[in-house]
Amino acid sequence: MARNVSPGRKIGTTVLAWFVGLVIFFPILWTFLTSFKTELQAISIPPVFVGFDWTLENYQTIQTQSNYLHFMMNSIYLSLGSTALGLIVAVPAAWAMAFSPTKRTKDVLLWMLSTKMLPAVGVLIPVYLMFIRFGLLDSRLGLIVVLFLINLPIIVWMLYTYFKEIPGEILEAARMDGANLRKEITQVLAPMAVPGIASTVLLNVILSWNEAFWTLNLTTSNAAPLTAFIASFSSPQGNFYAKLSAASMLAIAPILIVGWFSQKQLVRGLTFGAVK
Amino acid sequence: MRFSMLTTGAAALLAVGASAAQAQTTLTIGTVNNSDMIRMQGLTPEFEKAHPDIKLNWVTLEENILRQRVTTDIATGGGQFDVMTIGTYEAPIWAKQEWLKPLDGLGDDYDVDDLIPAIRSALSNDDKLYAAPFYAESVLTLYRKDLFEKAGLTMPEKPTWDFIAEAAEKVTDKEAGVYGICLRGKPGWGENMAFLGNMAREFGANYFDADWKPQFESEGWKKAVTLYVDLMTKYGPPGAASNGFNENLQLFGQGKCGMWMDASVAASFVTDPKQSQVPDQVGFAPAPCGVEGCPNDGFNWLWAWSLAIPNSSQKAEAAQAFIAWATSKEYLELVAEKEGWANVPPGTRTSLYENENYTKAAPFADATLNAIQHADPSPTDDKPYYGLQFAAIPEFQGLGTAVGQQMAAALSGSTTVEQALSQAQAIATREMTRGGYIKN
Repeated sequence: MARNVSPGRKIGTTVLAWFVGLVIFFPILWTFLTSFKTELQAISIPPVFVGFDWTLENYQTIQTQSNYLHFMMNSIYLSLGSTALGLIVAVPAAWAMAFSPTKRTKDVLLWMLSTKMLPAVGVLIPVYLMFIRFGLLDSRLGLIVVLFLINLPIIVWMLYTYFKEIPGEILEAARMDGANLRKEITQVLAPMAVPGIASTVLLNVILSWNEAFWTLNLTTSNAAPLTAFIASFSSPQGNFYAKLSAASMLAIAPILIVGWFSQKQLVRGLTFGAVK
Repeated sequence: MRFSMLTTGAAALLAVGASAAQAQTTLTIGTVNNSDMIRMQGLTPEFEKAHPDIKLNWVTLEENILRQRVTTDIATGGGQFDVMTIGTYEAPIWAKQEWLKPLDGLGDDYDVDDLIPAIRSALSNDDKLYAAPFYAESVLTLYRKDLFEKAGLTMPEKPTWDFIAEAAEKVTDKEAGVYGICLRGKPGWGENMAFLGNMAREFGANYFDADWKPQFESEGWKKAVTLYVDLMTKYGPPGAASNGFNENLQLFGQGKCGMWMDASVAASFVTDPKQSQVPDQVGFAPAPCGVEGCPNDGFNWLWAWSLAIPNSSQKAEAAQAFIAWATSKEYLELVAEKEGWANVPPGTRTSLYENENYTKAAPFADATLNAIQHADPSPTDDKPYYGLQFAAIPEFQGLGTAVGQQMAAALSGSTTVEQALSQAQAIATREMTRGGYIKN
């Protein structure tokens, strides 16, 4: 039953929510607007909000200077590839930890998380040397493996927390109704786990899409994703904000659209634990 | 008969295949997104037309990312790049480490003697050229002629810091949003330290003395940093501790700065009506001097974006052909023909400054040449390192940035000049001792 909320309070929270939403969204909006300005308008003080001559020049320049599609396809390969690989390893791992925990399960989970605490640059040279040895530099395969490994702890943790939420009573009830192990997994557990797996996939795709250390340092051109595309439009000497904004918009567009359509899953995935 | 025809055909096919494979020498070139480099990328078809067997593959990255990327690659022998864009900081260090191939196959027409001597020396080791300059810059004083006229000031041929201080006061009109002086404040070895290292030289101080002892507590550094903080606090724009080259470029282009001392390449931006609101009002003078009587023709810095071949590249011959093309006289003419003389990459060849077409199109040509000619980065009796606004030793990047943070703290007022300098001295002494330069 819904709680009784006074209209004043309702308006108050709505206004506050909109305000917070706008503050969070503003940088993206500003980047969007800047991408249609000239370089001079992009840096003018006081800043112009919408009252300028909108131009597509920046997008045209970007198209002639680099091959956006090549970078985007690499981003798609890398994020989907590393996520698929991650699921293959993480689903059974998290499943086992959630449904048949041992004395050391918590320790293993914490140890996995601790690998995220090492600054990436600390292992750049060893990883680079290994990549040279195995001929993986500037290859999608090498990068998929690295992205898979750095995101693995997060996927395992997310899935573990998710699986833990599935009440044991349901399994008992299923057994009472005569379900065997195979049926238990395919007809009871799997359907309940799908939303958790879906939100994990989404988050992992986003994390891989945005990863900007390894993707920049282990690629040159063949496997370079959109992070390298953005990095190519920042200039140490000269005005570049408008062009950089256009490049950023192009780089985030695919993930923004995917995120938009799947926000319900994402929010659920990110806030679970709080929503019991 | 038929059989032999078949084999001949197959052999011919193989031969075609082999030559096609040869034709596919692809050079991977790492570079930054500066306008001169973008123009070079735009001229790729011209190069490929002249060298049908070579294909160019550009990798453009942000400066700091590029530096990290190419340093990792060259230090580990990764062989990802055939041509790298490096600066005068890396060239002597990397040449000494034998990470670069000497450029001895640039061809007879290259006219290596036409390269400006200061630049050539900065990119050579043991008289061998290890990187070819693509464009070079020194430091200039840029000022607003209209504001100077309004304030009744005339820029001297060789300005002193006393004059600059006086002019900064007179030109400042904060209500109208005009600040007398804009200087770099953003911390970084290539940001505020490039400017401050040079300003300290203008007051007679270097980074290290002949025994590699840091000099931040010397008289020259004290005078320079005290004046810098004083001028910027009184007459500089607000929030100057976060302003680097690009931020000042924007401020100056919007007409908010009376004077700006920075890289000479700024001149081409602020005189371009597409990028500046004050294109016709900009005057040029040498960097100011701080010591009595200005004994030299100024104290200038030197930086050259240059092209080099890492030792790990398997395609050195093609890479040299490309470098010879990109840094040749003919390339300058090609850019002039396509984009106009004002857009020719500056500062590398003496012949460019003898070309009337160029000096007419670029009002800053004389000032730039003069500044570069009077910048010799070679070590001297009291300065054991290569470099002017930086010291070409591997430790300098970290050390310079840590010192730069102290200077930015002094500028923003969170510490005093004395404290900042003594901190800087402590940091630098620690790093230099750790690096084995200072023997205990």
